[in-house]
Amino acid sequence: MTAQGSGFGAARPMNPVGWLGLPLLAAVVMTVLFATPIRFFGLALPEPVFPLALAFAWALIRPSVLPPFALLLLGLFLDVFWGGPQGLWPLCLLAAYASVLAVRRQITGHEFLVVALWYAASTAVAFGVGFVLMSMAAGQAPSLFALGWQYLATLILFPFAHRLIERYEDADVRFR
Amino acid sequence: MSLRDGPFGDIRVPLTWSAAAALVIATIIAAALLMSHQRDPMKAGAYDAAHRAVDAVAAPVGGVLSAPVRWTHGGLDYVRGYFFAISENRHLKVDLRDAAATRDKLAQADLEIARLKAVLGIKTDPPLPQVAAETISDSRGPFANTRLANAGRDKGVTEGNPVLSEHGLVGRIVGVSDHVSRILLLTDAESRVPVILVRTNGRAVLTGDGGAAPKVDYLRTAVPLKEGDRVLTSGDGGVFPRGLPVGTIVKGGFDGGWRVALDSDAAPIDYVQILLFTDFAQLANEQALAPKELPTAMTEEPSQSIAPPIPPSATKPVAGAAAKSAAASAGAAAKPAEKLTAAEVAAREKARADAKRAAEKAAAPPPKKKHFGFL
Repeated sequence: MTAQGSGFGAARPMNPVGWLGLPLLAAVVMTVLFATPIRFFGLALPEPVFPLALAFAWALIRPSVLPPFALLLLGLFLDVFWGGPQGLWPLCLLAAYASVLAVRRQITGHEFLVVALWYAASTAVAFGVGFVLMSMAAGQAPSLFALGWQYLATLILFPFAHRLIERYEDADVRFR
Repeated sequence: MSLRDGPFGDIRVPLTWSAAAALVIATIIAAALLMSHQRDPMKAGAYDAAHRAVDAVAAPVGGVLSAPVRWTHGGLDYVRGYFFAISENRHLKVDLRDAAATRDKLAQADLEIARLKAVLGIKTDPPLPQVAAETISDSRGPFANTRLANAGRDKGVTEGNPVLSEHGLVGRIVGVSDHVSRILLLTDAESRVPVILVRTNGRAVLTGDGGAAPKVDYLRTAVPLKEGDRVLTSGDGGVFPRGLPVGTIVKGGFDGGWRVALDSDAAPIDYVQILLFTDFAQLANEQALAPKELPTAMTEEPSQSIAPPIPPSATKPVAGAAAKSAAASAGAAAKPAEKLTAAEVAAREKARADAKRAAEKAAAPPPKKKHFGFL
């Protein structure tokens, strides 16, 4: 008897395209879109790190073998597309994912604001790792203004991460 | 027999563990990539195939995305020009009056500079070839500040070429594909540019950190800096030609140190000029520097030697031990010229030069001792 036929509909395996593939593609598209060199009233577009929202959401939805490699690919894309040191963003994204995976039992089921705080913390971990690695790679610390600006821009993405979590976290009750 | 039917069929690895294992493997791969990272624009092959492929795909996408924005800006400028034509006309009349006075001064200064150059025989650098390009993608984060320009190897762009906007230096090329090149901006954390401070004649290195205003590091000047000091490229190291406008000195940042407000920030960097400059050797006239034809040691006659004749005092014993040995060598080499080998001719010339030097040293008066008034 299969899982679907047993009546435990909630325990059916999720389609990886839905919770991994499409968000991954959306993150790539949004990153390219926000790299357009335009200015409004003298100000450039903010540059949020879209894959960080996915790193947070994927770790909460369910533990799986696929998200680390998806984040590795996304990080490599960011490095190549933005022209940074190769391997920098994969490590940042994986650090955020690891930090959330380690405490996912404490985060799941909480209200919006608490989860938002955890998201802010995991994003801070990612930027902290990036700060340390970039300081070592470039021989000097990156600007804290620039770091803070991109951190704030990334925090704004939390509603998207929350939407993804809400959509898929109940899809498999084994991981509640 | 499937795996479930075997002896390990009952073993179930928790998903969290398998996710953690995948995480470790992915982290190791990422760390290995970071450790193997290199970005040396002077090093061939530093820009790998993956970068070139992504740039080649990103360039047309960025071009399509930025085109409507440019059209909108153009339309807004047109409307603004229509409504503000009268006030703009007033401003332009004032500017024109000022510009006429400045033009006369510049013409006079140009004449004077040309005369002084002629008198002093100064040779100025020849103009560099340039390529115009449009920027089509932009990264502005704390860890990477780069842009893609739609001119690549097809237009002669190479790694290391400096990039200018209409206002000043923007950065340099760090990667080139067939039709696209990547510009490392001055604000990138890996950017270092040797600069000169115009007022103080001091030297420094402009160091990007991902912020809007790069830092002034390794400052070497006897005169203190002031806000508003002009900064140009110094040409040290040979990566940039000297004299490109960079910006002005400002105070800022968390550390309160000196920074440079970039000239190129005065307007959007839509269009750029890529200078096809690789090093100072291309500025020189290679033909003028080519070695001239000189007589070789094999065909040289002793009577027509370019070495000066040996003075008689050089062979005297007072010339000292060095002179003695040199004279002995010269004497030993005193054979008919037509029988000498190339090595013997070279040894003979060296001996002559040594003998002359020793003779001059022996003939020179002993140095006077310095006496100080209080001793």
